[in-house]
Amino acid sequence: MRTLLAASAALIALTTSTLAEIKIGSVLSVTGPASFLGDPEKKTLEMYVADINAQGGVNGEKIKLFIYDDGGDANKARTFATRLVEEDKVDAVLGGSITGTSMSMLGVFDEAGIPYISLAGAAGIVIPVRKWVFKTPHTEPMSCGKIFDDLKKRNLLNIAMISGTDGWGKAMREECIKMAPQFGVKVLKDEIYGAADSDMTPQLTNIKNTPGVQAVINCGFGQGPAIVTRNYRQLGIIAPLYQSHGVSSKSYIQLAGAAAEGVRLPAGATIIADQLPDSDPLKKVVTAYKNKFEKATGQPVSTFGGHMHDALFILVEAMKRAKSADKAKVRDEIEKTKGFVGTGGMVNMSPTDHLGLDLDAFRMIEIRNGDWALIR
Amino acid sequence: MAEFLQFTFSGLTVGAIYALVALGFTLIYNASDVINFAQGEFVMLGGMVTVFAAAAGIPLPLAALLAIAVAVTVGMLLHRLAIEPARGATAVTLIIITIGASILLRGLAATFFDKNFHSLPPLIRSEPWMVGGAALLPQSVVVLIGTAVIVAALWSFLTRTMTGKAMLATASNRLAARLVGINTSAIVGLSFMVSAAIGAIGGILAAPITLTNYDVGTLLALKAFAAAMLGGMGNPLGAVAGGLLLGLLEAFGAGYLSSQYKDAIAFIVILFVLFVRPQGLFGKIGVERV
Amino acid sequence: MIVVAIALVVLLLPLILPSSFYYRVLALVFINALAVVGLNLLMGFAGQVSLGHAGFFGIGAYSVALGPTYLGIPSWAALIGGTMLSALIAFVVGRPILKLKGYYLAVATLGMGLLISMVFTNEAGVTGGPNGMPVPRLQLFGWRVFGSQTWYWISGISLIIGAWVAVNLIASPTGRAFRAIHDSETAARVLGIDVARYKLLAFVLSAIYAAVAGSYFSLFDGFVTPNTASFLLSIEFVVMAVLGGLGSILGSVVGAAILVMLPQVLTVFHDYEHIVLGLILIVFLIFLPSGIVPAIATRFGRRTT
Repeated sequence: MRTLLAASAALIALTTSTLAEIKIGSVLSVTGPASFLGDPEKKTLEMYVADINAQGGVNGEKIKLFIYDDGGDANKARTFATRLVEEDKVDAVLGGSITGTSMSMLGVFDEAGIPYISLAGAAGIVIPVRKWVFKTPHTEPMSCGKIFDDLKKRNLLNIAMISGTDGWGKAMREECIKMAPQFGVKVLKDEIYGAADSDMTPQLTNIKNTPGVQAVINCGFGQGPAIVTRNYRQLGIIAPLYQSHGVSSKSYIQLAGAAAEGVRLPAGATIIADQLPDSDPLKKVVTAYKNKFEKATGQPVSTFGGHMHDALFILVEAMKRAKSADKAKVRDEIEKTKGFVGTGGMVNMSPTDHLGLDLDAFRMIEIRNGDWALIR
Repeated sequence: MAEFLQFTFSGLTVGAIYALVALGFTLIYNASDVINFAQGEFVMLGGMVTVFAAAAGIPLPLAALLAIAVAVTVGMLLHRLAIEPARGATAVTLIIITIGASILLRGLAATFFDKNFHSLPPLIRSEPWMVGGAALLPQSVVVLIGTAVIVAALWSFLTRTMTGKAMLATASNRLAARLVGINTSAIVGLSFMVSAAIGAIGGILAAPITLTNYDVGTLLALKAFAAAMLGGMGNPLGAVAGGLLLGLLEAFGAGYLSSQYKDAIAFIVILFVLFVRPQGLFGKIGVERV
Repeated sequence: MIVVAIALVVLLLPLILPSSFYYRVLALVFINALAVVGLNLLMGFAGQVSLGHAGFFGIGAYSVALGPTYLGIPSWAALIGGTMLSALIAFVVGRPILKLKGYYLAVATLGMGLLISMVFTNEAGVTGGPNGMPVPRLQLFGWRVFGSQTWYWISGISLIIGAWVAVNLIASPTGRAFRAIHDSETAARVLGIDVARYKLLAFVLSAIYAAVAGSYFSLFDGFVTPNTASFLLSIEFVVMAVLGGLGSILGSVVGAAILVMLPQVLTVFHDYEHIVLGLILIVFLIFLPSGIVPAIATRFGRRTT
């Protein structure tokens, strides 16, 4: 009898302890070629969850994290996704640093009925809309559109492109080429480099020798764009150079050095937090995030960690509104997210839009004196 | 003509770095028949240790020396702790051990340094020089001269010193070398240390141009391995020629044919060369002993 | 004997598997083991190195993605087609490549693997490029094949068949010819063995194993990326074969099991995962230089294949 009592007491203790816990899973590319995305994302997640728990958790329940590193491999990501669902029995999942890992995982969460917010760029993650799948970052068409708008304003309609073979560079290149005619933009030269290449001079020489090129767009992320930018100036090309938001971290400016002067890119507001006018609705959020991240890690803020910040708080607020971590209720509340101010911009989701960002969230930025400068 | 020159400059710069890594492969191979897949990690250590030592306030020349010392120590430890204890194992097993070492070193670098890319200031701070309408980076010249100096130094070490001659003797016939009293195990250890030093110097010279992070070694090792085979395994000059040739192939492939398939072009040429000359461009034809 | 052991493991494991996550990991073990058994025929028995086997794996993986998507052929037909294509490529490329020896063969196969993976990465319009593409589910007689348990059985039974074929092949005159070539090509030639033909046979066979495994892999995931053809995966296959023991079929299974399961176990080390993985590889091979299974077998005084 006594053992039975003890056993049931233990059982109750066990169930209450699992009840008093919200389990959030995350699969990120902390190592491998996309580690510059996964690394700040992981740090951001751990930093804020520690904070939330210190303040008593969500709905009185502490958050427990399950973070796995997929190394950028889609198959490993899917195995960890299965593990989150089957073994860790998480209530929600944030992550998938890149498109490949997100795309391979989303089926697992969609089938299991677990709210999932991806941090990867591709529009294909939320188009077509899948019931349980959401995402926070800006997409390639947004980046292309913003750049083309700026080109039109400056009347630079004959361009060349140079793109990396990484997932982001490839996807954005295709999107830009598809969208160019709508903006009256002509792509005169289209060059490619390997994602881990250390010299892009031959490709840029060909661009330099193409007559009529008025501007150049570089689609890619990682160290590639930094090397492109250096080679670009070394060859003395004077046409304006555009980058994508794949380079929106301080390390790009550090690596490219003086060569980065005058480069333009569309990006979220995180990196220009202190330059936003006080009236800007984003100012408070991005300044707070920037200060917190830089203080906690000692590294300059990038927009990538910001995607995790937004995903986490969209989820937490949905859980607060749902007054529980019940998966179906939380999913419904995520879909009802309205007027959420994140580092990426204002988020208004709907049953037909699981991203909810519009182009206003995107700013055109120029690099001046080794720092970001907002083009007004 | 200007573009031809430009592609040549680009190819030689990248090729010189392949050549240094390939040279490291060759030295260790000659002494032990092992392909050291952690060779790329020596290059990584050269760049990363210099970056972080410099960031910690150590003057750049000292930081570079420190990086070379670290790489040499790692090379020595790799031999002492991983290769030497597995003596008698087949070459394939030893190669997998070096792959394990490469994973370990990358893991250590990711943990103790960071995962970001870093750069070093170039030795000569100046605008690119214009040569025949093509831009030539001062640092490219530094890389090329550095490579030439290393090759010359290695050559005189191998032919002028007793230790160097012992290395050559070990390379050509291990048993005979042992019979005449050469400590072949010490020679293998030395080859690891010299290879590490060469790799680290390559990493330091290249970092201002190619950037560096904890992960740069993998691809370099792959390319340099191909370069060493193209030149002919076991021949130091072949390794250098193979490295430069591979760099040029990539640059001309990207410039004249297709930038998307430039690596493919390089490998197709390598395959073609091997079909015609199965021992590489400068390799010796091996005789199988029954 | 070995086949029975593998079969018993496949049949009895489900009795203790707590959740479908374990089925998934084991299905991945079986799929990798299938590719490694093939590679072992080439490396362990015929003594020829390949650093490009993920290329064949990738062809298998993409054939079941591209075939049904663009040509409208059923997945099972695409699997057979992809396997035949792999065999054909191995046959055509094998002749000139296999004349090379040792590291020269290694670099040639490496180049072949890179070329294949480059096509999958670069032809983004068809393959989705580095971001990958979805793979339609396998349909057999109107039955939609998916889920970790189903694939556990498919891959498990396939591995048993694959191992059975390999073991029988090794015991046959062909297997003896392989080993003769392994020991010394010149001696084999003196004995009247058509060295080029047998090397090619081993290469084609190993390509078939890899392609089937690759098809299973992407059908199981329902998604495929160029990682399936990457150089790193080729290296991983070789590491599995050597770690388990070259020349031991059971070793291939053990090697695959260790390398697939380790990352799941090592997650407890968080940031130190890779450091521990590297250390484990080094330590295992220092103490068991001939591979796990052969080393244990010699300790117990038995010879296994």
